[in-house]
Amino acid sequence: MARIMAVDDSPSMRKMVSVTLMSKGHQVISAEDGEDAYQLAQQENNVDLVITDLYMPKLDGIGLVEKLRGLDSYRYLPILFLTTESSPDMKQRGKKAGATGWIVKPFEPKQLLASLDKVL
Amino acid sequence: MSEFELDEITEIFLEESLEGLDTMETGLLGLEAGEADPEIMNDIFRAAHSIKGGAGTFGFMDVSEFTHGVETLLDEMRSGDRDVTPDAVQLLLRTVDRLRAMMDEIQSTGQVDASQNEELEKEITTMLESDSVAVTTPAPEPKQVSENVATEDEASNGIELLEVNNVEGAEKLQQGDTRWVIEFVPHMDMLQKGNDPLRIFKELRKLGELAVTADSSEIPQLDALVPEKCYINWKLTLVGDVSEEQIYDVFDWVLEDCDLSVEEELEWVSAEDIKAIKDDSSAQDEVKVKEPSEIAQNATPVAEKEAASKATVKNEKSSSKTVKDEKVQPAKAVKAAPKESTSIRVSIEKVDSLLNLVGELVITQSMLKRFGTEIKSEDLKDLGDGLTQLERYTRELQESVMDIRMLPISFAFNRFPRLVHDICGKLGKKVDLEVVGEQTEVDKTVLEKIGDPLVHLVRNSLDHGIEEAGMRIENGKPEVGKLTLSATQEGGNIVIRVIDDGAGINKEKLVQKAIEKGIISADDQLSDDRIHNLIFHPGFSTVDQVSDLSGRGVGMDVVRRNIKDLGGRVEVHSEIGVGTSFTIRLPLTLAILDGQLVRVGDETYIMSLLSIVETVLLKENDINDIAGRADVYQMRGEYIHIIWLKEILQGTHDRSTNREGLLVVVEADGRRVGLFVDELLDQQQVVIKNLEDNFKQIDGVSGATILGDGTVALILDIPGLLHGCLSDEASVSGNEKHAA
Repeated sequence: MARIMAVDDSPSMRKMVSVTLMSKGHQVISAEDGEDAYQLAQQENNVDLVITDLYMPKLDGIGLVEKLRGLDSYRYLPILFLTTESSPDMKQRGKKAGATGWIVKPFEPKQLLASLDKVL
Repeated sequence: MSEFELDEITEIFLEESLEGLDTMETGLLGLEAGEADPEIMNDIFRAAHSIKGGAGTFGFMDVSEFTHGVETLLDEMRSGDRDVTPDAVQLLLRTVDRLRAMMDEIQSTGQVDASQNEELEKEITTMLESDSVAVTTPAPEPKQVSENVATEDEASNGIELLEVNNVEGAEKLQQGDTRWVIEFVPHMDMLQKGNDPLRIFKELRKLGELAVTADSSEIPQLDALVPEKCYINWKLTLVGDVSEEQIYDVFDWVLEDCDLSVEEELEWVSAEDIKAIKDDSSAQDEVKVKEPSEIAQNATPVAEKEAASKATVKNEKSSSKTVKDEKVQPAKAVKAAPKESTSIRVSIEKVDSLLNLVGELVITQSMLKRFGTEIKSEDLKDLGDGLTQLERYTRELQESVMDIRMLPISFAFNRFPRLVHDICGKLGKKVDLEVVGEQTEVDKTVLEKIGDPLVHLVRNSLDHGIEEAGMRIENGKPEVGKLTLSATQEGGNIVIRVIDDGAGINKEKLVQKAIEKGIISADDQLSDDRIHNLIFHPGFSTVDQVSDLSGRGVGMDVVRRNIKDLGGRVEVHSEIGVGTSFTIRLPLTLAILDGQLVRVGDETYIMSLLSIVETVLLKENDINDIAGRADVYQMRGEYIHIIWLKEILQGTHDRSTNREGLLVVVEADGRRVGLFVDELLDQQQVVIKNLEDNFKQIDGVSGATILGDGTVALILDIPGLLHGCLSDEASVSGNEKHAA
């Protein structure tokens, strides 16, 4: 049971992630782009995990991770990418930015939950 | 996940995909002008990307696969590996169409007719294989990914950093196993990337039997301790059928943040020995192991964190862990709630019923106001103040409620860039579309009904208005034509204009045609505007050849009728060789009318301010009589038919004696008539009450309202009145012709 921030510009994807996580009793707060997420993060000190999309308007996932790492309560948090992107280049960039893991869409609920068990 | 939730998510997915497709379309049309603008390219790519990801996740593999090729093409353009060519844009626009159709198919049947994708998929593949500037690596096919996630074991591979190739090998301990000694010395700042050593150990444990020894000698005194730093080194022993690569894979994400040595210990030790080592060290290890996370997250009470860490290491659902969650939950739930959504869906009926109530409130308020001004007493000063406030709040409330029904006109305008693009493609014309004022808000009903008339006007301008490039150059105009679509709010009206810089309407041709069709007679003297407005006459077309797009002779009259139904009017102004502009005037809302109150006899009537052209003082001498049946007034060379309102509405007017008063000249259907009234009263906004709920439809009356003094006033339906008048006149002129 963790408190998880889900960041995705697609409402259906946010819903899918939320429903999946909540089915296991996790709490989910969501944001619709990097900027939104960063603002939310500044008010939220009790998040256990961040799952973010890569390509988003305003601030993309990479930018978000970089900024989150500058926040005290997010410095050590596991941050996962959940994205359709699977190129090694982008993964490398995600890693450099400070992300903890990379999940490739499309995802199945089971798969997401299995991944979660590994970082929580 | 329940069926219901899935349906709901699919619904959201369809909605956002359609939005994404709009974004793609708009972006693609914007690309045509020149080279790829990175911003636009990114928007298009992101939209395609989201659709692909969503489609795959929600089980629409055909959509996902189809979008994959599109995405690859877009990616090549985005990275500059492929030029943006008209052909590529055209192909991408067609894929947008196909995707839209697929969304429809999903909506109606729940699945996609993939056979229809083949042709386009082939074209995309051909394009991808062709003239790309550089070789690009396409992302893996989504199908493969989906196969990967099919089973739970494989599913765990989905998360990259934790990728473990041989999960089932974890429990095996047999001859051939390797014993690895791993020295793991994290850099002081490794924790800052969210990498928890415990997680790595947990992962290693899946590979084989793991023993951990922590070296905590580096941990400084508490006062010198920086909680963000990692002071501990570990020595790990891993036994199992594990390759060196697998171990490095586990450490993949921390390789740059630690010193790592992985060495095979040649001396083979039995499983029992390993167990012994592990048991021996486990107690102290656990304590030491949890320290980094304790330090890192020192905001949490130690005892609690300890429990959490232990739970993580042992991978069990300890009760203390639950306690932690319970403790934090209530506060979190409260905070999370407002984040979910910022808008709600409300049925239009509910809003209308609210609007109706507010209308009643407006009436009550104006009654009170009237009553208040009649009382003259010092004691009632407070009442006066209260009434003024009531008026203000009522007005604000009314505006707010009306605002709920208002939407930006961009919803109606959005389709035009594509439409213009397509039509120009068919006609071989070059036209720039300029859209102005798309944020102007209009009533939802107006928005729904204005689309078709606008499409017709735009088609008309492209088809008949704007000339072909060659002809334009010949006439000294820029090669590329210009079409402007604009919306503005002018007073209580929305004004929409469709302006082209084309050839203009040929007046002579129009008059000739109108005479041929018997719409006007050869000796009729008509103003330019009257002539131009003839194009709205039913069954009228000047194009000899019926084209694919417009000019079927049906349409312009339908345009006018649709706009009339919305309580608005349309006019055309044209100058030969310069261009044509259509102006549509619509009421801001259908529930409130900007009204002119007029007195006819003892009754007050209301007419829409929109329809009034001007008001003139009528003198006996100005009135001309036609064949003893119709009276006309000559206004600047134009004959205005006089409607004696009292006669029509009250049946008591004697037109032979009572012939002096005010003539309100109104316009509808491109015709003008004069309404004879006794007096002009206030202009005010009135709430329209529909009569048809309680009474049958009355010709010439469109509704009623309640005035401030509580009396009911009828709202005149100008087009309806005019229609009655026109049929009268037709019979008059018919008689004349017959007599001649």
